[in-house]
Amino acid sequence: MTTYLLRRLAFLVVSLLLAAAVLFLLLRLLPGDPANSLLTIGADPGQIAAARHQIGSDRPLPQQFVTWLGQMATFDLGESFISTLPVGPEIAARLVVTVPLTLLAFLLAVVVAVPVGFLAAHRANRWYGPLLNGVSQFGIAVPVFWLGMLLITSFALYFHLLPAGGFPQDDWADPADALTSLLLPVVTIALVMSASLIRYVRSATLDVLDSDYLRTFRALGSSFTGAMWRHGLRNAAVPVISILGIELATTFLGAVVVESVFALPGLGSMLAKGIAQHDYPIVQGVLFVSTFGVLVIGFLADLAQRLIDPRLRGTTTRSAR
Amino acid sequence: MNPPGASGGGKKGGAGVLEVIGLTVRSGEGRALVSDLSFAIEPGARLGLIGESGSGKSLTALAIMGLLPAGMTVSGSIVLDAPGLARTDVIGAAERHLKGLRGRGATVVFQEPLTALDPLMKIGRQLAEPLRRVRGLRGAALRRAVVTALEEVRLPTPGRVAKAYPHEISGGQRQRVAIAMALACEPALLIADEPTTALDVTVQAEVLALLDGLVTARGMALLFISHDLAVVSSVTDHVIVLKDGVAVETGDVLDIVTSPRHPYTRDLVTSARRLDSALDWTHP
Amino acid sequence: MNAPEPPVQPLTSTPPPEPLAEPLTSTPPPEPLAERLTSTLLPEPFGGRRRTGGRRSPTLVIGCLLAGAIVAVAVVSLFWLPFPPDDTSGGRLAPPGPPHLLGTDKLGRDLLTQLMIGARIALTAGIGSVALGGVLGVAAGLPAGFATRWLDDTIAALLDILIAFPTLLLAMLLVAAREASLGSAVLAIGLAMSAIVARLTRVLVKRVLAQDFITASRTSGTSWPRVVAEHVLPNIWPTLLVNLALQLGLAVLAEASLSYLGLGAPPPNASWGRMLQEAQSTVLTAPLGAVAPGLLLIMLVVGVNLVADGLRDVADPTRRRSR
Repeated sequence: MTTYLLRRLAFLVVSLLLAAAVLFLLLRLLPGDPANSLLTIGADPGQIAAARHQIGSDRPLPQQFVTWLGQMATFDLGESFISTLPVGPEIAARLVVTVPLTLLAFLLAVVVAVPVGFLAAHRANRWYGPLLNGVSQFGIAVPVFWLGMLLITSFALYFHLLPAGGFPQDDWADPADALTSLLLPVVTIALVMSASLIRYVRSATLDVLDSDYLRTFRALGSSFTGAMWRHGLRNAAVPVISILGIELATTFLGAVVVESVFALPGLGSMLAKGIAQHDYPIVQGVLFVSTFGVLVIGFLADLAQRLIDPRLRGTTTRSAR
Repeated sequence: MNPPGASGGGKKGGAGVLEVIGLTVRSGEGRALVSDLSFAIEPGARLGLIGESGSGKSLTALAIMGLLPAGMTVSGSIVLDAPGLARTDVIGAAERHLKGLRGRGATVVFQEPLTALDPLMKIGRQLAEPLRRVRGLRGAALRRAVVTALEEVRLPTPGRVAKAYPHEISGGQRQRVAIAMALACEPALLIADEPTTALDVTVQAEVLALLDGLVTARGMALLFISHDLAVVSSVTDHVIVLKDGVAVETGDVLDIVTSPRHPYTRDLVTSARRLDSALDWTHP
Repeated sequence: MNAPEPPVQPLTSTPPPEPLAEPLTSTPPPEPLAERLTSTLLPEPFGGRRRTGGRRSPTLVIGCLLAGAIVAVAVVSLFWLPFPPDDTSGGRLAPPGPPHLLGTDKLGRDLLTQLMIGARIALTAGIGSVALGGVLGVAAGLPAGFATRWLDDTIAALLDILIAFPTLLLAMLLVAAREASLGSAVLAIGLAMSAIVARLTRVLVKRVLAQDFITASRTSGTSWPRVVAEHVLPNIWPTLLVNLALQLGLAVLAEASLSYLGLGAPPPNASWGRMLQEAQSTVLTAPLGAVAPGLLLIMLVVGVNLVADGLRDVADPTRRRSR
């Protein structure tokens, strides 16, 4: 397990470096010098050179990359072109919205999806099993921002039950207030996320229901519930946990989009604004932090899976098929 | 439908551990997977059920356990009469009633020993489950019983096996564990559903011998299911030949091998012979 | 069942009897994440996989009808539109009724026209991304399937990293670096998809190559290119096709999200995502504009997913048979 942990950690670091390189290259190599965003239309060559020097884009790429990596490693994410404020603290401030939004939505999605997915599998022969399955099939096709729009329309604009968007100025000073403004966005993301989760839970449950070991223990005299509890649950958890990491990452992406729908001051709206204004340090900073988060989530999910599944513990290479 | 003499096994009705009369299993679409199958097994007796895959032999085993997949419909009667348990018709019995019957009344050793065990649980804990339920053992006594049960199926290092996960031991060892778990229930009837098919030929013989010895020692009734005439004939004398869910022939193994009446049985015998001679040829 | 199956022969493999604790590599570890995601845990047939049925797949028929309707609309939009796309003569937010059958949006553009163009854009985005992702992915995954040892490990790790890079963020990055356009969106979605397709292809190729009939074919002197053409490709394409169909649905959704955020096709092209974004402010006064694009999106994605499920039912010969 320790060897695996070290290997997986090394893999995480390499992934981060590679992701950083991809981020760096994409932003530098694609047409358009980052310095352009500092310039007005019709700038003379002297101004362009000055801007390039200020950004550092006149130096050789490897050197730029190393400098940039050093900055990223110390979470020095540069300063916004527009507001000239440092990007790091701004991202930290935005995480106060995005992290609770993502986690709450994810938790709600899991809480909904586990029993529903189980029922969809276990009751496949009753009328509601296929119905639940059909609803989830429909659900994975629903665009998350559209569901958000519909929920705003009905709960905020029509019934006036909840705020249509925004977040308290003083963040979590009044938790009830903050939660109220997060309620609709959380439900929006959770509903869409649970649709795909339901399918995974259902599939994992079907595998367990179909499994030989469940049949063995029932043939030995275990009750269905007992066998399901002692053997089914853990076995079904293995594949579900392996996708939970990706689902959490997807939830985060959902949050990025949904923040725009609900005008929440989170990472997503920061990114959207950064892109629209060609505020390149902001875009880079947000993407770096997001990718970092996604990769760490993947790392944790892999570890969790190892802890549950003894079959994985012996193998150290990821490519063991 | 039923060829003469197809309902066989026990000669006298009523005294059997298991009495199957007119068993019919239909798929969700209504296709008959097992048709009008009847047989009986007396206490301590053995019966072989032989047929190719898809002939309905495994479904018969599951029907006896009341564990048919959802969606299948079953008719006829399957009466289990184990000592110490109420005589019950499995078909139509309530689940809570069946639960008490499974294990003590009848239990199964399944074909695929890797998937038949919980891959995430140590073997000792899995084996402890029936021991605890049936014999009411706890604590140190339970741990000792686990080791004893593993020794009984002649596993060389029972302590090590108990601490291993199923994927850490070999196929033959897994099947021995499965047999130990079935025996832990002290069943009146043991159903062995292709117990050696997934194993290598040499291991097959060892496991068969083990099963044979243990069943004799415990005086259990045995329903042995296989596609392999040679394997069946090494364990039991009396067989039913099943084809497409219909019993096409029944009787003594020797009679069937020497003078098969049904064309299908003849095919089985010839292919078994051919395999035999091929074996002789490759391993002189 | 059409693949040449090796004969089932228990006698062919006779390893030594019963070692305690076999080497771990000999037991199949649970399927890795990639496979769970791409093969086992793909959405299942609509009615549940327990259903054992005939050859005809109602899933496929319904899926074809839903997706086909959108395709038909997109094709018609190439030759005929009720109004010119930027004709604002109808007045703002006109209610449904002739001549504007579905009314107009807040700039006075005909909604039906916009929806028809939207169908074309959604399909262009979906098909374009899948074409790009499919070609790149298979081209990368096929040779990767043949790699062994450290090269194999390296490729696997590389693909894992690429997949960990979230599609939407990659798309945003590309759009930030280039210009917001349909091409940028397709490029981004296609690139992200290619990593997923490559990983699936690699796993599938490896699985086929492990089969006995490949060894048999190689021993009888067949060259590798012929093995690929005769055995590998025919065996992997059904699963690939199903996966690409699912990716098509995801690509359509991704494009809609991008254009909702203003990062998709720029204004003269009416993408459903952008239509929804524009209609958000007038949702109470002109609900149709905020509902219709969403419904069409769902219709297309559900249709495509059902087609994928139906294809799997038809193409996958390894479904569990009842005992």
